[in-house]
Amino acid sequence: MPRWVLGLLPLALLAGLVAFFFGADPTAPFRAAFPPVEDLTIDRVSFPERGIMRVHVVNGGPEAVTIAQVVVDDAYWRFEMDRDPTLPRLARAELTLDYPWVEGEVHVIRIVTSTGLTFDREVAVATLSPRPNARYLTTFGLLGLYAGLLPVLIGLLWYPFLRRIDRKWIHFYLSLTIGLLLFLVVDAFEDTLEASALVPEGFQAAGLIAVGVIGAIVGLRALGNIGRGKGGDGGAGGSSGLTVAYLIAASIGLHNLGEGLAIGAAFSLGEIALGSFLVIGFALHNTTEGLAIVAPVADRRPPLRHFAIMGALAGLPTVLGTWAGGFSYSPTLATFFLALGAGAILQVIVEVARLVRKSWPRGLFTPLNATGLLLGLLVMYGTALMVTA
Amino acid sequence: MKPESLSRRDWLKLGAAGVAGVSGATVLDLASRGGARRALAASGIDPAGSRRDGPPPGSHAAHQEAMGIVGMPRPDETFDPAAFLTDFDYGEVTTRADGRVVRRWQIVGLDREIEIAPGVFFPAWTYNGQVPGPTLRCTEGDILQVEFTNAGSHPHTIHFHGTHPPEMDGFEPIVEPGQRFTYEFEAKPFGLHLYHCHTMPLKRHIHKGLYGTFIVDPPEGREPAREMVMVMNAFDTNLDGDNEVYAVNTSAFFHHHHPVRVGVGDLCRVYLVNVTEFDLINSFHLHAGMFKVFRTGTQLDRYDVTDTIMLCQGERHVLEFRLENPGKHMFHAHQSEFAELGWMGFFEAVEHLAAGEGVPVRAHV
Repeated sequence: MPRWVLGLLPLALLAGLVAFFFGADPTAPFRAAFPPVEDLTIDRVSFPERGIMRVHVVNGGPEAVTIAQVVVDDAYWRFEMDRDPTLPRLARAELTLDYPWVEGEVHVIRIVTSTGLTFDREVAVATLSPRPNARYLTTFGLLGLYAGLLPVLIGLLWYPFLRRIDRKWIHFYLSLTIGLLLFLVVDAFEDTLEASALVPEGFQAAGLIAVGVIGAIVGLRALGNIGRGKGGDGGAGGSSGLTVAYLIAASIGLHNLGEGLAIGAAFSLGEIALGSFLVIGFALHNTTEGLAIVAPVADRRPPLRHFAIMGALAGLPTVLGTWAGGFSYSPTLATFFLALGAGAILQVIVEVARLVRKSWPRGLFTPLNATGLLLGLLVMYGTALMVTA
Repeated sequence: MKPESLSRRDWLKLGAAGVAGVSGATVLDLASRGGARRALAASGIDPAGSRRDGPPPGSHAAHQEAMGIVGMPRPDETFDPAAFLTDFDYGEVTTRADGRVVRRWQIVGLDREIEIAPGVFFPAWTYNGQVPGPTLRCTEGDILQVEFTNAGSHPHTIHFHGTHPPEMDGFEPIVEPGQRFTYEFEAKPFGLHLYHCHTMPLKRHIHKGLYGTFIVDPPEGREPAREMVMVMNAFDTNLDGDNEVYAVNTSAFFHHHHPVRVGVGDLCRVYLVNVTEFDLINSFHLHAGMFKVFRTGTQLDRYDVTDTIMLCQGERHVLEFRLENPGKHMFHAHQSEFAELGWMGFFEAVEHLAAGEGVPVRAHV
């Protein structure tokens, strides 16, 4: 028997099993006894102009759902739909209502399906949704710059300082970096779980997070190996410091993409329109990320362009994130990117720890290093206090 | 007194409605006339199946085409709110040896999916396949026989308001699926009453749709008028103990799209019943006019004059008014929330309404 037959045989059998399952319909007795399970999610409510409300819906349940009516603030309201009202599994729909919404006030949107089940979404603060025009692109872009790129670049300026200090203090700062990153991991997982609460059931938030986290770890390890391979020796000196710096920059970039999504979404949903503390907080927070990037290269002298590239790698994704989050926030995408960021940081902690161990025979947890690590956690905690808008 | 069990043959015929899904025609043999016939005729009565199969394909798309505030309600095959508004069921009338008038009705308890707002379906428990059940009407002193056959999936009863012997009160005996019981009593006192299922849990049995209007006319009758029955009801579609849809006579916004036509200056009479569950009160408010309120309809000479009346659960009043100006007169619950969730409509007063047009004028029979 040719090899390809052997390879395809199990697949063919599986296809047969699936076909048989749907043909024989062994779950029919359950369906007769229970009403269909419906699970609609209102992904987003936007306000494109005065008097117009747009509701974005996803069917995350196992079965098709028919949208029958829309209730806004306890009143049935006329609506138009961009498709027929029966949504198959994982289908999306956009409902448009002529509704005189009130700037700055709360609105509750409820969808009533043909079986009378209801799915609600509250808009905490109604405000005109940003449209992708030059003005908002600039605004969101600047927000991303303030919160992401500039602070990271400022943080990189610690490099000359690190150059001039003793080796043992370099390890202090590397340990501090580990502390910073540990805090970021916790933070990132919290953000991930928060976003995942809004993911429609059909999109499997837990699976999405697993793919993101594990994907980032495996991906970065593979990248790291390529980097080390190029660098040659991979010993105490060599390019591994620079490789680690790049890995940190890349992983922070992934994390900042998620952060950017959060900033953009918050502004467009009007939820934090009242305070710019979020941006300031992120800025302080992200400056320390610059320090994390340069710490591994403190004892060598990489060409200047590397700093520019690493800064961009870490900071620019914030800008992309704010654009994406501001104009079309999707909890599903946000969860994936946040998970990716979390996994990336996890992997980078391992890399930095390795670096410290390799070049410092006295081990990771000397009193000075431990102090650095704890200080890193505390610094992050302190700056995180600023983020709560 | 105990309910009689249906013979095996009867039950197979009904067998109907609850279990196998035999066509409605066999059930029809058991449910005699008028409302029941219309209710069952569409043969859509297959409670076990209808829930699973849902609405006929394409019906939702049709609603999308013709949206009003929430889309145009479409008369159900078995229940037309426009017809129900002015439909009074006087029963099968015979005269007893002693000269007393005997009225007989056959009521069948049926599970059935009904459309309560365009595109929104509700798995109801019904009398004769309709919600509200048929409006039973008689005159004080008549002998009433209401034969109740339970072809539903749960035990039910019919509890009548009014004066009668406790064993005919319908809180017991419980009529199990496949059983039949005949309520027999004298109609008194005259007034506007109601009937509903009184099986525990009460809230569920009532809000699922087992209720209707029971009118006992005074012996001398009331002044001829354009007569209507309005049952204020509501539906908890997601079973959270809170209503999602409010209406008079089940169909949300129906009279918003189909105004009730009456003549300018004509005497209009509304038999108004509140069977809303979960909300403590409901109300009726008339625009651009005032009405007389005869509380529970039990007295002919005492009334209030107002334009807003509040009714507790189970409370009912006879309203009389004449619209003095031509044009649309809104009526709705004065709880704005109820109004915007379906309970609003229009009277349209028309000058020189042609004979046979609008709400029929009804004189005492």
